[in-house]
Amino acid sequence: MNKILIIARREFLTRVQKKTFLLTTILLPVIIFGLYGLIIYFSIKGKDDLHIAIAGGNNALTGKLENNKSLRFSYLNEKDPAALQQLLKDKQYNGFILLPDSFKADAHDSLELVTLSSVGLMAKENIERRLNAGIEKIRMQRLLAPGVTLEAMDSARTEIPLRVTKAGKSDSTGFAYGLGFFCGILIYMILFIYGAMVMRGVMEEKTSRIAEVIVSSVRPFQLMMGKIFGIGAVGLVQFLIWIALVIGLQLLLPLIFPGMGDQVAAQAPGVPGAMTGSSPMVNAMKQLSQYMGDANMPLILLCFILYFLGGYLIYSSLFAAVGSAVNEDPQDAQQLMLPITMPIIFSFVIMTQALNNPDGGLALFGSLFPLSSPIVMMARLPYGVPAWQLLLSLAFLVLGFLGTTWLAGRIYRTAILMYGKKPTWKEMLRWAFRKG
Amino acid sequence: MALLEVNHLKKYYASQKAVDDISFSIARGSIFGLLGPNGAGKTTLLRMITGIFYPDEGQIIFEGRPFEAERDILRIGYMPEERGLYKKMKIGEQVLYLAQLKGLNRQEALEKVKRWFQKFGMESWWNRKVEDLSKGMQQKLQFVTTVLHEPSLIILDEPFSGLDPVNANLIRDEIHGLAERGCTIIFSTHRMAEVEEICDQIVLINKGRKVLDGAVGTIKEQFKEHRFLVKTAEGQTLPPGKDYRILDQDASEFTIQLNGQHDTNALLSDLIRQNITIRAFNEILPSLNDIFIRLVNDNQSTTRAFQNNLS
Repeated sequence: MNKILIIARREFLTRVQKKTFLLTTILLPVIIFGLYGLIIYFSIKGKDDLHIAIAGGNNALTGKLENNKSLRFSYLNEKDPAALQQLLKDKQYNGFILLPDSFKADAHDSLELVTLSSVGLMAKENIERRLNAGIEKIRMQRLLAPGVTLEAMDSARTEIPLRVTKAGKSDSTGFAYGLGFFCGILIYMILFIYGAMVMRGVMEEKTSRIAEVIVSSVRPFQLMMGKIFGIGAVGLVQFLIWIALVIGLQLLLPLIFPGMGDQVAAQAPGVPGAMTGSSPMVNAMKQLSQYMGDANMPLILLCFILYFLGGYLIYSSLFAAVGSAVNEDPQDAQQLMLPITMPIIFSFVIMTQALNNPDGGLALFGSLFPLSSPIVMMARLPYGVPAWQLLLSLAFLVLGFLGTTWLAGRIYRTAILMYGKKPTWKEMLRWAFRKG
Repeated sequence: MALLEVNHLKKYYASQKAVDDISFSIARGSIFGLLGPNGAGKTTLLRMITGIFYPDEGQIIFEGRPFEAERDILRIGYMPEERGLYKKMKIGEQVLYLAQLKGLNRQEALEKVKRWFQKFGMESWWNRKVEDLSKGMQQKLQFVTTVLHEPSLIILDEPFSGLDPVNANLIRDEIHGLAERGCTIIFSTHRMAEVEEICDQIVLINKGRKVLDGAVGTIKEQFKEHRFLVKTAEGQTLPPGKDYRILDQDASEFTIQLNGQHDTNALLSDLIRQNITIRAFNEILPSLNDIFIRLVNDNQSTTRAFQNNLS
């Protein structure tokens, strides 16, 4: 069997068999989804419904405030604060607002909500918004010509959404932005997480002095590549499991919370026309699946795996070179890592530019240059990228990978057996370009 | 035929000549001592022989062919001075892994590992981790991983450091056994007592250069200073003579040094004629330790920095 394979196999197995791997790979998504589910659950079920009494003010607001399940208004004729207090204590209402007799629905009015228990910020804003919407109706009615109803006024204001079509497809700019950002940030995280894993692995071999034993059996380059491939396989497996789990849980979630969509929709306040027709959640779902169809998901998924591997291979070899150069002190690693982390962070900055201007010059450069293309190209892909750019970018990616691996291999083979003082990048580059 | 031949090997670093024109050859089945003070270039030399470094100049002939790392490192077992194993890995798996890197398949490796573990009483270690072992136990384990694939050349860098006398003996017996079965062993150390005991042939290097090469007996012969221990009957003293100098006296034991190539028989008959009762007469050969220290100190003045060569 090929030596690189033997080494990669060990690297893979020792990591996959660890308990922490199982924990992070399987438990982490479950925990995140669990929290997500809990938040939804509590936002639906757990919230106390508020019942507010409105009194006084010559019943000016009566019937003008919107009611729903979580926030209801009742209108009382009682004007004695003490009697209202008593009603609160009897738990008939959560709070009351006593409008002054001089209530004129203008800016000089002051309103006060009296409650027994404190009211959360969200609930307060909710009540405030409903009240002001009601007050606005009163003011509007005063301005309207006689015989004109508010409903007629509303229907005159109905907005028609603008749809942008591009080359015969329905537009999905918002979706592309979201997907692009998500892919880019995922690659960004992958580069750091698995790059650092390679670096730590190399450092472990160096500090435990097993490196010398192994390089007397295999070439240093084989040792480095075996480690990189083994950890790459760990990353790939971890991602496939995550993707499977996410899809599985996504399907499970509606089963656990049936009717979740409707309730979330009911929760959404102040959406004009939202109460009529199908709920926005269902609409959004339909739209999402339509966007997914338009965005060529298989291509994005394939490119994600290609850029994941390409980016990982480019950077992990550099991380391996850094790991081989440092001794025991993790702080040395921090300093030497800087020249590697800079391009990753720059790629991230270019990515945010590219998301806003996916066909601009900076975006094009960023998506072709191999040190930034894994992040930037993934962000551009959902917007649609010409085939020649994609192919050129992938070709550069392969060249970049060969380049950094060659460079890192030369540094690695000298550095892995060097103990003592921490080398500088200048020295490391000298090792790389030394003949022989 | 020599198993390993090293011809004019050179390895220069930026600031110094680590190995500067070293040549020697090692006979098959012999135990070869590579000696030198710290920083003499031993490790660099060994790393070139194990294919970790490429020499700048010179040639290594291994088993009659020019050394080719890819192929020949499988025939070599190297135990470096700074030993290391994966601390968190189970011992059985680890030894199998290292054996596979040496080209054995899993099945072969498994059989061999079992045999060695039995021999050293290590069967119960299989599922333990290296970090649970004592330093001496790790050393034994490292030795097993070095010789497991039955290499024709075994290189041991300070193999006894950290071993208790019992385990050191165990390893020493193994080394002799391996040599008898035709293995060639390079033994790098700066502990002279071990070398005298074990090695057939030694090379002493200092500051990157070879200063001594030969069989242990021959070298001692070469460096002898014509010192003898003479033991006389109690109460008798050795009279001062023109042929020798008395260096030391302890009761009736005298350490003398003969002048020039004076014949020992003539000296003895001379003493007997003077009615001195000789109880014992021994030649004192210098220990390798003495030779080592003498040569290294002599060498101190020379330097291997490049600047001196230029001037």
